[in-house]
Amino acid sequence: MNQPSSSARFINIGERTNVTGSAAFKKLIMAGDYAAAVEVARQQVENGAQVIDVNMDEGLLDAVHAMTTFLKLIAAEPDIARVPVMIDSSKFHVIEAGLKCVSGKPIVNSISMKEGEEAFLQHARICMDYGAAVVVMAFDTVGQADTKQRKVEICKRAYDLLVAEGFPPEDIIFDPNIFAVATGIEEHNNYGVDFIEAVQELRVLCPHAHYSGGLSNLSFSFRGNEPVRRAMHSVFLYHAIPAGLDMAIVNAGQLDVYDQIDPALRDACEDVILNRDPDATERLIALAESFKGKSVADEKAAEEWRGWAVEKRLEHALVKGIDAHIVDDTEQMRAAIADRGGRPIEVIEGPLMDGMNVVGDLFGSGKMFLPQVVKSARVMKKAVAHLIPYIEAEKDLLPEEERKAKGKIIMATVKGDVHDIGKNIVGVVLQCNGYDVIDLGVMVPWPTILASANDNKADMIGLSGLITPSLDEMVTVAEEMQRAGMTMPLLIGGATTSKVHTALKIDPAYEGPVIHVLDASRAVGVASKLLSDTQRDTYVAEVEDEYVAVRDARAGRTTSELLPLEEARANAFKIDLAEKPDAPAQPGLHVFDDWSLEHLRELIDWTPFFRAWELHGNYPAILTDEVVGETATQLFADANAMLDQIIAGKWLTARGVAGLWPCGRDGDDVVLDNGVRLPMLRQQVKKSRDRANMCLADFIDPSGDWIGGFAVGIHGIEPHSARFQADKDDFSDILLKALADRFAEAMAEALHQHVRTTLWGYAAGEQLDNTALIKEQYRGIRPAPGYPACPDHSLKPILFDLLDAPTNVGLTLTESFAMWPTAAVSGFYFGHGQAEYFGVARVGRDQVEDYAQRREVDLATAERWLRPNLD
Amino acid sequence: MSKRDQLQAAAADRVLIFDGAFGTQIQNRKLTEADYAGDLGLPADQKGNNDILALTRPDVIGDITRAYLEAGSDVVSTNTFSANRISQADYAAEGLVREINLASGQIARALADEYAAKDGKPRFVAGAIGPTNKTLSLSPDVEDPGYREIDFDELVAVYKEQAAALVEGGVDFILIETVFDTLNAKAGIMAVKQLERDLGREVPLMISMTLTDLSGRNLSGHTVEAFWYAVRHAKPVTIGLNCSFGAEQLRPHVKVLSQIADTLLMIYPNAGLPNELGEYDELPDTTAGLVKDWADHGQVNILGGCCGSSPAHIAAIAKAVASSEPRAIPQPEPAMKLAGLEAFVAA
Repeated sequence: MNQPSSSARFINIGERTNVTGSAAFKKLIMAGDYAAAVEVARQQVENGAQVIDVNMDEGLLDAVHAMTTFLKLIAAEPDIARVPVMIDSSKFHVIEAGLKCVSGKPIVNSISMKEGEEAFLQHARICMDYGAAVVVMAFDTVGQADTKQRKVEICKRAYDLLVAEGFPPEDIIFDPNIFAVATGIEEHNNYGVDFIEAVQELRVLCPHAHYSGGLSNLSFSFRGNEPVRRAMHSVFLYHAIPAGLDMAIVNAGQLDVYDQIDPALRDACEDVILNRDPDATERLIALAESFKGKSVADEKAAEEWRGWAVEKRLEHALVKGIDAHIVDDTEQMRAAIADRGGRPIEVIEGPLMDGMNVVGDLFGSGKMFLPQVVKSARVMKKAVAHLIPYIEAEKDLLPEEERKAKGKIIMATVKGDVHDIGKNIVGVVLQCNGYDVIDLGVMVPWPTILASANDNKADMIGLSGLITPSLDEMVTVAEEMQRAGMTMPLLIGGATTSKVHTALKIDPAYEGPVIHVLDASRAVGVASKLLSDTQRDTYVAEVEDEYVAVRDARAGRTTSELLPLEEARANAFKIDLAEKPDAPAQPGLHVFDDWSLEHLRELIDWTPFFRAWELHGNYPAILTDEVVGETATQLFADANAMLDQIIAGKWLTARGVAGLWPCGRDGDDVVLDNGVRLPMLRQQVKKSRDRANMCLADFIDPSGDWIGGFAVGIHGIEPHSARFQADKDDFSDILLKALADRFAEAMAEALHQHVRTTLWGYAAGEQLDNTALIKEQYRGIRPAPGYPACPDHSLKPILFDLLDAPTNVGLTLTESFAMWPTAAVSGFYFGHGQAEYFGVARVGRDQVEDYAQRREVDLATAERWLRPNLD
Repeated sequence: MSKRDQLQAAAADRVLIFDGAFGTQIQNRKLTEADYAGDLGLPADQKGNNDILALTRPDVIGDITRAYLEAGSDVVSTNTFSANRISQADYAAEGLVREINLASGQIARALADEYAAKDGKPRFVAGAIGPTNKTLSLSPDVEDPGYREIDFDELVAVYKEQAAALVEGGVDFILIETVFDTLNAKAGIMAVKQLERDLGREVPLMISMTLTDLSGRNLSGHTVEAFWYAVRHAKPVTIGLNCSFGAEQLRPHVKVLSQIADTLLMIYPNAGLPNELGEYDELPDTTAGLVKDWADHGQVNILGGCCGSSPAHIAAIAKAVASSEPRAIPQPEPAMKLAGLEAFVAA
């Protein structure tokens, strides 16, 4: 993503506005060139820093003056001031002077017990008065904490003191000191391990606190050898982030991709950082020499196409999605054009766009498929990234205008929603076709969307969302666009969106064109028509006619008759008590911290995976499909190659929790013996003679029964995703996210099976292969809140509480009840032999009122939750 | 029970009512320079210095406050929006800051107590502190974006002087209102924290932001969400929005704040947008209908009016929301919620 979203798991703190860390910045400040120094801050934010660290600790500088001057200047730059500031100084009076200039909620870096507990608390109280979060260094009157034991002891002591003082624990960030390793001094060898283990332990001891560190210390012994330093930093983060490190002062552009580090170097770094071998330092030093200034480019064997003319090679690379030589080829092309007096932009306008046009034509005519197009886009992005510095060097030219984008499109996943696979795919497809896409990321509030559209003079806005509450948020965006007097087209896409919803709810809210885009392959057609002088008006009128027709049909529709709630209840499903499951073998909560990914791999249901890539057909038949078979086979191979890496490199962790509780039934509520009430919804549409009006509560014996719940989540995607994004590799990023989703579903399947056969144990002898599992040929169901049998997403917080899902699985919910991390599944277990899935569908006002009472919320809230089930 | 607890208890039962504008009511009385100046003998014209009326025409201020209490206000504010050293200097009245605030506090206190005694319902007094006409975040000089007219410590002293006099006059809360610059509000918070330490007791804050553009930012550029995170450390008894534009335009921003703020929400918008003549002509029932929509959606705890509103508006609002359920205060999970101009939540 180009722009940071409003929240994050791992936080990159920009380090370049720090005189102790950046010689260039120091030079500007010493020279009093604040205008150029402000530009450094701007670049950092543009490059994705989510917080910027400002440090003016330099002996020859008046640090208070420099700090306050710089902070006041960046406050005047909305592009910079939008992110929080980290006020960094070893002198507290400099920090306090900085606090007086910062209008938002900043972070103070740092305070410590170096001068004793009283001074520490005094500083903490001042930070509290200004409302700042603080970095606490693991430092006391004895000195900096070096061992794990000292780090833990000091941080825990500081935590207890702060919390007793009323300091909010979520505003505490510990820096347990990253020290240099591989110094040749034996006592230093365990510093990396000490840090990682200390964080692991503190995370349990100090609820809600955060962990940070400055990476550059770690590799201090290898000054001047950038490849080794970068490898060390990447390896360290790879191990420290899962342990709990959630922010770091780091230059994100200078990290290597963990699994692309030379294996020998990576192993050597790992041995040093994890202190796995007493000779590790010796080996890394020996190896380091050979990496100094090493060029990676000319190692690959030349293949036939490598002998072609450069234009042809670029086209070939784009069509085939090969990125191995793209930078070299782009550079060769650029140099050739420069030699004949041309400009770097011509590389894009000429051969690269020609190549992408070939891709576009092949895709448009159905000869290329989405996975290939995404790979092509990766190649294109890398080529463009190489050219941008040259284009920008031509100061008199404006690249945007020169690039002659076909149109500018703002894309965002709406506020409250975190799902972005579909949006990313659409973004890539549009980019491939020459559109300028500004991707605002996920959880984007409407003011940001509108402001970005206006600031960028966008031609249209595209909104995406996956969960049902996002539909409401899309209506809000439409209303606000109307309110703001905008006229640009609004594109709607995402799994829960539909032409009907768009026609009924979104289109009426906005007078400009509103277009529901069914899938990524339609996006280009829609965008090009909307931007065409000749086709636009006809197209918009056509779509509007369709929506009017949908609305008329809806208005005139004789809707299926709803029974009064009491009658529907009278027609409840009567269970056969003979099929009631026995009490569980192992009631209570069961937590699984690290389910075997190898096992889950066997349980993957591949059909939805291909559907995510818009390849339609059932697995395994799809692999030999006449039309998409070849692409599907290639994608399947790519997916399996990545699965190998995920499993070998332990990229992901599959966590889950299952709970089994005694319960009873009270009307349409399932009531747990611990008092927790789970109100369910009942079908109200009038049924033909023999069929019941179902409700999940019907599957519970009122006189005493059992119910289960579960939540599973796949963790660890962020550093890999960030790395792919940094590497402009959308293909791998989307592939990883799609696979994480599959792992989550597989984990739900695996856990359900374990519950049936062991924990609950009502189907101890069950023998089902993966096909049978996918076909749900087992006893019992696991309906999820937000899905047809249990359509109210807002049951998730109750379920999460029962399971203590934030602690046990590391899952949290957004304001719209989307689960985070995104690859997650949660639901209830019903073990009755007759339990089956059904859709609640439309419910009446009487049930909404009844439900509001049962949920103890006001009617408006209940209506909001149940909107998809109302008219 | 502390005043904070009392207000929270009252707000748990129903949507409470704040007061409306003083300025419009004073203008309607067509007072003369002699009314304003009284016999204070100040060396500058006082006409337009509404706050000084607490000393020269306390009857006028008392009448307006009484009219709001009659209209149903549970919380009334002091007429002290500009009763700070910086603003009063324009009238050469900076030497009277303590007297104005003390008198204003006493007027509101006496009337609030009188009405509470009548019907047994608690009434509260909010000591109003405006933003001053100086800003800590912006440079008035386009050539020099790093320049500031005032610094943080000076503004803290200005606010503290006013807040101390208001508390002495008997107010229950300090209301930092019409916050166009978030850093000014942080200086106000600091002033009240210092005052609390001097007095050895809590002085609960009410904080109210004003939006200057429809996208939902104040003048210093903060979004509603960022603003809340920037001032949440004050543990204000109410947070909210006032002035800005009319209720209609405030709607989306009320919704946002309502969802995130784990404290009472107080909203007092202008009576619509001014017409071509700069007058507010939104009718009481119109305003009441608009704010009732928030109450019906469980989005507010306290409602009142700002520019252009009158006792009739307040009465209409009180009637419209009499049976509305108050907003339930959300309990968000602890998370580090930082802010630049925009919010940044570290999960």
